[in-house]
Amino acid sequence: MATMVQAIRMALHVGEDRLGVTDIFGEDVGQPLGGVFTATQGLKTTWNTPLDERGVIGMAIGLALAGRKPVAEIQFCDYAFNTIDLLKIAGSTYWTTGGDWNVPMVMMTPVGAGIRGSIYHSHSFDAQATRIPGWKIVMPSNPRDAYGLLLSAIQDPNPVMFLKPKALLRVKAKAGEELPGEPSDEKVLSKMIDAPLGDRSKWRPEWPKLEELFIPIGKARIARAGKDVTVLTYGRNVPMAVAAADELASEGIQAEVVDLRSLHPYDWEAIKESVRKTNRVLCVNEDTEITNFGEHLIRRIVDELFYELHAPPKLLAGAHLPGIGLADTLEMASVPQKDGIKKAIAALAKHLP
Amino acid sequence: MSTSSHDQARPAAPTGATTLSRELSLQLHDLMLRSRILEDRLITMYKQGDGYFWIGGPGEEAFNCSLGLLVDKGQGPEHDYLHLHYRSSGTLLALGIDPVDALRQMKNTASDPFSRGRNFAGHYSVRKWNVAPVSSPIEVQFSIAIGTAQAQRKTKGISIVQGGDAGTAEGDFATALVWSSRKGQELPLLMIVTNNQYGISTPFEGQHGESRIADRGKAFGIQTATIDGNDPDTAYFALKKAIDYVRTERKPYLLEAMVSRLRGHSSASGANFVKEETDCLGRFEDSLAEKKILTREQMKEMRDKYTQFLLDASKKVREEPFPAPESIWDYVFAEKNHVGGEK
Repeated sequence: MATMVQAIRMALHVGEDRLGVTDIFGEDVGQPLGGVFTATQGLKTTWNTPLDERGVIGMAIGLALAGRKPVAEIQFCDYAFNTIDLLKIAGSTYWTTGGDWNVPMVMMTPVGAGIRGSIYHSHSFDAQATRIPGWKIVMPSNPRDAYGLLLSAIQDPNPVMFLKPKALLRVKAKAGEELPGEPSDEKVLSKMIDAPLGDRSKWRPEWPKLEELFIPIGKARIARAGKDVTVLTYGRNVPMAVAAADELASEGIQAEVVDLRSLHPYDWEAIKESVRKTNRVLCVNEDTEITNFGEHLIRRIVDELFYELHAPPKLLAGAHLPGIGLADTLEMASVPQKDGIKKAIAALAKHLP
Repeated sequence: MSTSSHDQARPAAPTGATTLSRELSLQLHDLMLRSRILEDRLITMYKQGDGYFWIGGPGEEAFNCSLGLLVDKGQGPEHDYLHLHYRSSGTLLALGIDPVDALRQMKNTASDPFSRGRNFAGHYSVRKWNVAPVSSPIEVQFSIAIGTAQAQRKTKGISIVQGGDAGTAEGDFATALVWSSRKGQELPLLMIVTNNQYGISTPFEGQHGESRIADRGKAFGIQTATIDGNDPDTAYFALKKAIDYVRTERKPYLLEAMVSRLRGHSSASGANFVKEETDCLGRFEDSLAEKKILTREQMKEMRDKYTQFLLDASKKVREEPFPAPESIWDYVFAEKNHVGGEK
């Protein structure tokens, strides 16, 4: 039962071993550290970059143009904001050149709150990311999806952003979230692929015989089935929404949690099907609420499914604040929590037209 | 621009210049002339309403055409990558583009092979020759060029990145200096600054404390030179020296070429001829006449012939269709990895 960060590492291993990944790089991504969250530990094509995010993204674009297959990391998405014009270039190159150059790169970056990361380790990036056309954007909520989405990202001929919900990186897989081929005993897995403390100069990982798993970009997953309210969410808020929905079951409310997994392109068919069933929608994410991706989903739902709705669609998102404060009380008050999601679902379920 | 600052940034005298052969002089003159006439035609098209914006490189022909003649042209990391900016028509003509395609981009027709009617004039993209797409944001190409150079560390190809003097204030210029010069990880990257002493309207001294931009390379142990880019002999051989160095040593080189801006920044400032600046083409033609390599009559005949050709071509391009409105949805996502060799 891998954690998400182990699953990411194993996907990158399969990427460099079988799918042509040539360069995995970023600040502190190389050995012996293998990334500040250990996502790149033990891999063979990793290297450290200068502390220069624009250089990291520019390097990835250039490598991609030259036919390589780069995976670039921005250490925290909080530090990706000075790369946005380069991200725009990565996203626009195929279009602006009329199909002359595609840019097959993966950018991965930890996002969101939940680790008491203070003002500059708690930003979300989904609203910004979905404002950059030409990118595909994925965000897993469990280790298996992280593995399968990252393999699809690597194989895609376009720039793909892989947003890592940092609060879930160390969460172990639940039943049904295994990676195909990983050892069932987590201690065995850890011994195989986690670097020992202390001197690592002689250490080499022993990779399990993993099977490939490609979770298609653009396909959502029903994380929990229900008939009363649809919750559209992704990343960290998925397990939170599932827990909230489970608690509400005792009150007779059955919420359906749709894990979008891909933010662009997103699975409109799955959204439509769920909304037609429940007639009530709640969008949940951590990004600030003004000009939020959930607002787009609500706009489209109102446009195309207005007469299916029995209650006004609702958005539960991060407060529109300049930052997320460090103190526990501040962080909890700034982004959605389980109780808030529960209340919002219950209110929608009880709303009468 | 004050004379004193101009003189301060200009090298005392071109050093190490070797003389171009008669054959090379003729070839370079032909390209410089065609490049100048192409820019003239583009400006005329703009002024006649056959385009929305002009930006280009009149005044940089001696340097830019030389560059196009010297690169190892081809596709993939074994050949040279070019990360140019929007004053590079001379380089592209020297590589061998059809100048009529430049008119098509000006007129934003569907037949524009560089951007399908989507981008401004001078924003070239030619993957079969490793010409990376030119984009309007200043200096971003310096961050991207380190990537192709990284991919070329174990090849014979090099990456060449070019921008103006004002753009060196951007962090991307520092990115290229830092990433290309790390000990043991040096990149085969030729960084070119064509210094025309202006950023749109801001004079050189308004944004530079350093007297020579090339000096910034010295702190990183990078080989540098500042040259008179208006002199074809100097430009050609300085470029050759720099390219040979990068190709052989697999290390970076920073070349600053002093050039002119003969039509201002862009059509936004009128694109009228600036008499006060050195005209590299006029200067070269004086020298060719003096050396009896070409007569004035021959040069006039060439000029008239190329002018007529592009005039006729512009009339034809004017009749070519614009992109269909629904084509906005084309090329958002690639289905195949073209740069990875998928057909």
